[in-house]
Amino acid sequence: MSGRKVGSRNPVGSGVSAGNGGDVSRAATLTLPLPPSLRGTTVALLLGMLLLVIASFATLPWKLRDFFSAEALRTTVEFLRGFAPPDLSAGFVHRTAVATMETLSMSALGTLLAAVGGMLMALPASGRFGAPARAAVRGVLNVLRAIPELVWASILLITAGLGPFAGTLALAVHTTGVLGRLFGDALENGAPAPEAALRNNGVRPLAAFLYATLPQTVPQMLSYTLYRWENNIRAAAILGVVGAGGLGQMLKYHLSLFQMQQAATVILAMLLLVAAVDAISFWLRRIMTR
Amino acid sequence: MATVTGGTAVAPHHGAAIAPADPAWRGRVTVVVVGLLLLWPMLVASEFKPWTLVDAQSLRATGRFLAGFLPPATDAAFLRIALEATWQTVAMATAGMALALLGAIPMTLIVTEQLSVSRLGSGRIGLPPRVMRQATRWLLVLLRSVPELVWALLFVRVIGLGPTAGVLAIALTYCGMLGKVYAEILESSEPHATTSLLRNGSGRLAALLYGALPEAAAELVSYTIYRWECAIRGSVVMGFVGAGGLGQRLDESMKMLAGGEVSTMLIIFVLLVASADLVSKMLRRRLS
Repeated sequence: MSGRKVGSRNPVGSGVSAGNGGDVSRAATLTLPLPPSLRGTTVALLLGMLLLVIASFATLPWKLRDFFSAEALRTTVEFLRGFAPPDLSAGFVHRTAVATMETLSMSALGTLLAAVGGMLMALPASGRFGAPARAAVRGVLNVLRAIPELVWASILLITAGLGPFAGTLALAVHTTGVLGRLFGDALENGAPAPEAALRNNGVRPLAAFLYATLPQTVPQMLSYTLYRWENNIRAAAILGVVGAGGLGQMLKYHLSLFQMQQAATVILAMLLLVAAVDAISFWLRRIMTR
Repeated sequence: MATVTGGTAVAPHHGAAIAPADPAWRGRVTVVVVGLLLLWPMLVASEFKPWTLVDAQSLRATGRFLAGFLPPATDAAFLRIALEATWQTVAMATAGMALALLGAIPMTLIVTEQLSVSRLGSGRIGLPPRVMRQATRWLLVLLRSVPELVWALLFVRVIGLGPTAGVLAIALTYCGMLGKVYAEILESSEPHATTSLLRNGSGRLAALLYGALPEAAAELVSYTIYRWECAIRGSVVMGFVGAGGLGQRLDESMKMLAGGEVSTMLIIFVLLVASADLVSKMLRRRLS
């Protein structure tokens, strides 16, 4: 603080020259550079953010008083104590393993369907059928992508009924939105010359696409798809809380019956699944980039 | 890829009448067969029965629900409720982020190795600080690996329905993510300034503020804004387990099969996400 005072007394002591220090006052006291002056718009933005935070805290109907009361503390402790020990009986572990397989299958199938759907949507989305089709399909993809898997699942429950099938479809629909756009961008960014050369030599459009543009973009598409699969495994684990199968449905079920030990096992299974996916993906990435 | 077999481009050395053999057919057939064998148990496990989509009963239910979508509900009372819920969603995300920052910033200070004082002489971090760092890292891992929705489910059980559960869930998960990423960003900044400050007797906080922070500030803020955008999306989803906001209203309307209300709220939701995306892009462009 005192350094700044000295700096401001110094006649040349503003901006960069004071920061370098050496030329100006070799004699010297330590001069810290002046803080950069704030622009009006930046101040307004900062104030706006502060206001947003204050308004958020002010308007939310907090229940913290209940949360910090002795009564609540007791229920919380009781609640937490209920989790230990997790139910590790053979029968329940088997059921959890089945649900884990269900979660994995949902994610894999959902991603596979999405890759096919995304590919079909990517053709118009990359502008192959004209600009209006491109804009329309991209709009649809944006909406598919904007609505989260969980919301899709709860809508699709009405059509597909309770169970993992609705979850699979929900993953497929949301991921189609994501992959369709990424695939479309990949097709647009591919070098156009090879396909043009084939077309000019009289090759049919489909064959030209399959032999010239597709091979260029397939590696990129594969890596996008694998990356989304990784995300979808995580999503599939929790998708079930609306009734769409897998570990999430089990967790919701046991939590609503207050069977805490079973719920603890399911949460452990979720953590293990996510950790395993992270480890495998980290390992694969390292192998592939080496 | 397995479908792109037998093209016409290969030179036909058996004469024009016979289709040219695909040299890679063995590999392709194997891939297809193995793929189908793997696919089968998955289809069974996920109860993949597309025909249930088109049976009369489910078609009727879907038809009735979708018919309700048009026109979207626009009566004043409902719109007021929906807008209140939307604000609640934004407020949940913002308050959750603010609380997450309160936890993440101190933990970042602890975890960041650049700010280690015991490292200065020997280049190696002393044992107690190392234990402290590792413990904090594990805490961060635990916070972020439990999905936010599971946190929300647990808090709803403890505190009851309402946005408080959602705010706490966001705060915990995002504290874990922000702490990890902040530390990574600070670690990857040029260590020279920080190290010289520390060597010359500056405090850890001053070394951070004058050494690492000026270089990393833009990236840190940009990541924080991006996370805020994610928190808005996340807080809608958490409403589905009863943690307040737009999600809870959406869930209620969905259970009553009120198509008009659902479609209004979906439109609001898409607009909300799009505008959060826009604001976040604008702010981040200003920073870069």
